Amino acid sequence: MTVKVLAIDDSKTIREMLRHTLSQGGFEVYVADDGVDGLEKLECIGPDVVITDINMPRLDGFGVIEKIRSQAVYSALPILVLTTESAQDLKERAKNSGATGWVVKPFDDEKLIHAIKRITVG
Amino acid sequence: MSSSAEIRQTFFQECDDLLEALDDGLCEIDEGVSDLSFDPETVNAVFRSVHSIKGGAAAFGLDQLVQFAHQFETVLDSMRSGSLTVNEEVLKLCHRAADCLNDLVVAGRDDINPPENVSQDLVEKLANLVPNKTENANVQSEGASDDFGFAPASISIIDEVPEAVSAGSTYIVKLRPHKSLASSGNDPLLLFRELSELGDLKVSADFAEVKSLENLQVEECRITWVLEINTNFGEAEIREVFEFVDGMCDLDISKLNSTVLQDDPYSSTNQSEVGANPQNDANIPSGSDPVGRGKSGAVGGAANATVRVNLELVDRLINMVGELVINQAVLTQCIDDAGVLDNGELSTSLAEFKNLARDIQESVMAIRAQSVKPLFQRMARIVREASELSGKEALFETEGETTEVDKTIIERLVDPLTHMIRNAVDHGLEAPELRRSVGKLETGKVKLSAAHRSGRVIIEVSDDGAGINREKVFSIAVDKGLIPADSSLKDSEIDNLLFLPGFSTADKVSNLSGRGVGMDVVRSAIQKLGGRVNIFSKPGAGTTMSISLPLTLAVLDGMVVDVAGQTMVVPITAIVETLRPDPDDIHKLGSDNTVVSVRNKLVPVVDLGVVFGHRSSAVSLSEMVLLLVESDDATSWALAVDQIFDQRQVVIKGLESNYGYVPGVAAATILGDGNIALIIDPEETARRSDEAGESLNILAMEGK
Repeated sequence: MTVKVLAIDDSKTIREMLRHTLSQGGFEVYVADDGVDGLEKLECIGPDVVITDINMPRLDGFGVIEKIRSQAVYSALPILVLTTESAQDLKERAKNSGATGWVVKPFDDEKLIHAIKRITVG
Repeated sequence: MSSSAEIRQTFFQECDDLLEALDDGLCEIDEGVSDLSFDPETVNAVFRSVHSIKGGAAAFGLDQLVQFAHQFETVLDSMRSGSLTVNEEVLKLCHRAADCLNDLVVAGRDDINPPENVSQDLVEKLANLVPNKTENANVQSEGASDDFGFAPASISIIDEVPEAVSAGSTYIVKLRPHKSLASSGNDPLLLFRELSELGDLKVSADFAEVKSLENLQVEECRITWVLEINTNFGEAEIREVFEFVDGMCDLDISKLNSTVLQDDPYSSTNQSEVGANPQNDANIPSGSDPVGRGKSGAVGGAANATVRVNLELVDRLINMVGELVINQAVLTQCIDDAGVLDNGELSTSLAEFKNLARDIQESVMAIRAQSVKPLFQRMARIVREASELSGKEALFETEGETTEVDKTIIERLVDPLTHMIRNAVDHGLEAPELRRSVGKLETGKVKLSAAHRSGRVIIEVSDDGAGINREKVFSIAVDKGLIPADSSLKDSEIDNLLFLPGFSTADKVSNLSGRGVGMDVVRSAIQKLGGRVNIFSKPGAGTTMSISLPLTLAVLDGMVVDVAGQTMVVPITAIVETLRPDPDDIHKLGSDNTVVSVRNKLVPVVDLGVVFGHRSSAVSLSEMVLLLVESDDATSWALAVDQIFDQRQVVIKGLESNYGYVPGVAAATILGDGNIALIIDPEETARRSDEAGESLNILAMEGK
């Protein structure tokens, strides 16, 4: 079964890159423009994995993760955080909010796909 | 279908938006900086803009941009966290950083070398704002290796070659997940699967601590997994597999001596093999999935309400609409000639067709219209740079940023406006000491405004400097042989000398404006757009330069008139009223000047026939129709024409490319009967006849 990925990032460039890379990698890709948009699409898409940026308008990545985790049905949904920060405290914060893992931008195709594969059953 | 080139293009398009948002945000903060009343969300938004640029830039390997954006972002981050107090100094630096970021983006886009020294200097200044975070500037390059949790395995293999040759080592990994491991979406099974990619893996579970059913806590994991792996990789690679679950489990990794391989201390515990070769890659086809992409396109596309269209397509559409308008005029004429216009139905649908053509034309023009805001934002930068280089403090104000103007016009305004703004700061404003001595604020003011006025766009650049030094201008013009020494000129005429080719009043040639590009270039650039530029100056109070431009370059509403047997078009927007004069209202002034009294106001009469050389002397004015036109500065003239034919939309066909600039003539058009008519520029025509007092002699120019 094709793995469904929901990618949330406020940068169109990053969204396009994610879409491109992940479709090439054989994933079914959906994108959302910010946290609020992401949560809405989460409901209709039911993705196998979520990738989210941290710095976003309306609702940031931490908020997205916390909202997702607050619903029992998504308690085990793999969530990757996309971050340009390599700072340890951001990873800690992401983990504490319930992120499964993280990818540091700039990602190359291999790295990104590897990160998704390591946290999804597909 | 996305490709990396397209994504790259997307990135730079997005950068434009982000840079604009950045500028907007900084300006917003500017306004509230004195009492710190700006919205914290604005600082956040500014931060995000820079952050997004950095994120994209990193993906395209634009290292210098990344480094700079990172330093800039660090400052903005301290601003939003409150550890750096925002003041005017800081903001000024932020503005400069935004400008530099813009340069770096442009350099990245055009693949040219960015101005390194500028950005280095700024990086240092930015770093000084947050001294304790300086080391972060290099975080991208330094942090890369240890922060990308999953460096490609191939690199590791090369590193590990000596160890690999000495045969695989066996490691025992003990894993006891905490509650948090599962609640973060991690799964031990997936960890084992990944670990198995490093070598031969045996997985066993130690159930010793699992409690009896009645005491079992379902959310607690009391199983300890014991993983025995024989691998060519080192401990670091094994640890890396557990990167995401660090802190969410008890993890113990120990290396077994190869000689004790058989001595498996856990052989007695229950064993369950995990597929040694999960064939991860086989599960994910490497080819693209058209269905998936199609779906994602639908979801992603819905969010964006704008379409980016190739400008060529729009231009083609506009051209075709122009042809449609001409065609409609021809059709109307034909039907008129055929004498069937009495047919009610026909005239109704003809009128409808006319309205429709107009609606289409207006809609198409609206596509091209853009607000002048980005243009003004660019000018803010020019002011900053000019004030820095000239050492004159300048406050930049804008007005009417939302005014919409045809895209082509906006693009072609950049250079003239840049020059005018530089002039305003460099020549217009006085030095701070001088300003203080005459009781002005040390910080000068440069204002850029845009507005729609009587169907034209008026863009004004004004400063509150000393005004034009007319004596100096006059003497320079005499020195340069531009005018005879005994000329007697009106103030406005002296001011307009600035537009003569090769004129420069700067005492010393500065870096800024004295670059050999004079105001004459500004004037010719504006004239090429069918516009005019005027200068008004008040000694001691400042100078205003005003550009007046047509709204569009394609179609205008015109009054078709007869001038001594020639058909000409006068733009309706310029006409205030039309009247047939009472002979008693016409007064002679001197030998060849005539004025008409309109509601007790005397207005000079300009006979278009004479001005354009179609007849030598004025005929009886009482036989003629007067078109009252008004200029931007409220001066009125009465243009005398023989007859008004019609009022209609005409398509503008430029003359410049074939004939150059023809004074008094804005453009030409094709009429319904296929004839060509000149569209006159009423103000220019009137002014010239006023000042020169002689005919423009257009006929003589037609031969050239």
